[in-house]
Amino acid sequence: MTTLSAPLNVEFDYTRSLGPVLGRFMTGLRDRRIEGIRGDDGRVHVPPVEYDPVTARKLTDWVEVASAGTVQTWAWVPEPDEGQPLTHPFAWALIKLDGADTAMLHAVDVPGPEHMSTGMRVRVRWAAEPVGSIHDIACFEPGEAVETEPTQGEPVTMVTTPVRLGYTHSASSEEARYLNGLLEGRLLGQRCPVCQKVYIPPRGACPTDGVPTVDEVELPDRGTVTTFCIVNVPFLGQRITPPYVAAYVLLDGADIAFQHLILGCDASEVRMGMRVKAAWRPREEWQRSLANIDHFEPSGEPDAPFETYSQHL
Amino acid sequence: MRDVAVVGFAQAPAVRETHGTTNGVEMLVPVFHEVLGNLGLAKSDIEFWCSGSSDYIAGRAFSFIAAVDAIGAFPPINESHVEADAAWACYEAWVKIQTGEVDLALVYGFGKSSAGKLRRVMTMQLDPYTVGPLWPDSVSVAGLQARAGLDQGKWTEQQMADVAVRSRADAKSNPRAQLKGDYSAEDLLAEPYLADPLRKHDCAPITDGAAAVVLAASDRARELSERPAWITGIAHRVDSANLGGRDLTTSPSTVGAARDAGFDKVDVAELHAPFTHQELLLRQELGLNGTRINPSGGVLCGNPMFSAGLIRIGEAARQISSGQADRALAHATSGPALQHNLVCLMEGRD
Ligand SMILES: [Zn+2]
Repeated sequence: MTTLSAPLNVEFDYTRSLGPVLGRFMTGLRDRRIEGIRGDDGRVHVPPVEYDPVTARKLTDWVEVASAGTVQTWAWVPEPDEGQPLTHPFAWALIKLDGADTAMLHAVDVPGPEHMSTGMRVRVRWAAEPVGSIHDIACFEPGEAVETEPTQGEPVTMVTTPVRLGYTHSASSEEARYLNGLLEGRLLGQRCPVCQKVYIPPRGACPTDGVPTVDEVELPDRGTVTTFCIVNVPFLGQRITPPYVAAYVLLDGADIAFQHLILGCDASEVRMGMRVKAAWRPREEWQRSLANIDHFEPSGEPDAPFETYSQHL
Repeated sequence: MRDVAVVGFAQAPAVRETHGTTNGVEMLVPVFHEVLGNLGLAKSDIEFWCSGSSDYIAGRAFSFIAAVDAIGAFPPINESHVEADAAWACYEAWVKIQTGEVDLALVYGFGKSSAGKLRRVMTMQLDPYTVGPLWPDSVSVAGLQARAGLDQGKWTEQQMADVAVRSRADAKSNPRAQLKGDYSAEDLLAEPYLADPLRKHDCAPITDGAAAVVLAASDRARELSERPAWITGIAHRVDSANLGGRDLTTSPSTVGAARDAGFDKVDVAELHAPFTHQELLLRQELGLNGTRINPSGGVLCGNPMFSAGLIRIGEAARQISSGQADRALAHATSGPALQHNLVCLMEGRD
């Protein structure tokens, strides 16, 4: 059996409020100034910490440090990844700025690893347009500090940190049979060998018994509305104008209902026990998706007695 | 304190890529079957279930809820989860048994590392204000630590290669290992750098996997196992989240956890060291001279994220149950560059 898989790219731009300590640090970076904070043992922390790592006391003693320092350790990046400070090979380094007692992590721009050494002197290369983020330090480069043109503005209170992660999701073999069935307009469930319940979609394991569902069961495209809600609220990406009905449909012969759309009647007519049938999209639009069924609509049959679906609510 | 022992252990084969979903069900079903079958237990005998996994590894929300399908949670079960390596779930289960509420617990972990780009996913555990936005990857962060030790003369590239050679040779007797075989340090050192100063052999492979451990209290443990691995101490500690504020060549949290657990001397140690230099660091910090290290081959030969630490506990316990050791140390780590460390000490009683 061939595995079905598809990429899923998860993206989110986190907006984080900075608070007094990180806010002042980021404001400093925006103004091309690096400030650390003095701990109870006299050590100057850069980046600043909000509380002393030993005494846990709130720290408030700010100290400006130099924009040049010494490499404490480094590692080479032959193939930079998305979002990193440089797009060509570079070194990550822990850099202790002059006046600081802790090191900060950043990139060092040199042509190759042979140009890197522990103890080497590096200076900040400022970003052309600082905004109040760690990226205001574009990277470090070999050399000593130089005079910079300070910039100014409102205090920085927020930072936006985009996160982008790519995954490849695979369907289980049970799910793959189900999805391939949909491509042919068939509704394929599977029966648990222990409790005999029929699941659609089939499961990697029966949630009651913890064993894979195995025997294939083809189900009709008719069923019963077990429960429903009328959607009155508009939201981003909505493809139908409210009000409309989202319902749980229990296909005949299945033991688990799935959610689908009910159209073809007034929303107020939808009721528990209503008999419905699938309205398929045109065959040429079919994919490996339950969206091949555009919606369910009343079948005209008499309502199903409550006992027939009471165990599936 | 109640006497608690590890009485059962099973793990899925450590492989580069499985074809299943990221909720772990396909890997966990056979693992549960094996660990419970070996003990003659049914799922209904387990009084507490505790898992460790990560939604960032799974690339989906509430993956640990989907994983509960592998148990069969009807009638309802007593269940908990940690968003950490399952070694920490083992700690929670040990505490649960200490409360006296339960006598028998099953701990499991799972992760399909191959679904995403692991070294990038691991960036999500870093400070999200001043470090994470730069996207340093987990291999590079380990490289910073390796170089710091190399520069200070705490270890050498030769010693790092020797760790890889010994691990892969030991893994030959581990049917679940991903990497194994005979290598020479000379050949490994002739390979190019992956992230200077780390070569490929210095880094644990990317592994999909799962594992389960069964814990039992006193008499229940004696019923289930001829030689239970009694937990004499378990503790965990964490170092600063600020990478540049730590001395990366030491591990105060490991030393502290070992002291809290009552560490003295052991015959064998299973160390959760995903990079060769980290094994050397841990050995130095714990003073493990003359102790057999990672007879399983360790995580350098198979590193299923979020169960690799639990597997150290299972492997160390197996050394005791099989009579090959009387006292064993299992170590698990979490966070960048050995930030958070757990030590579990076990002994056999005859
Ligand atoms: Zn079942």
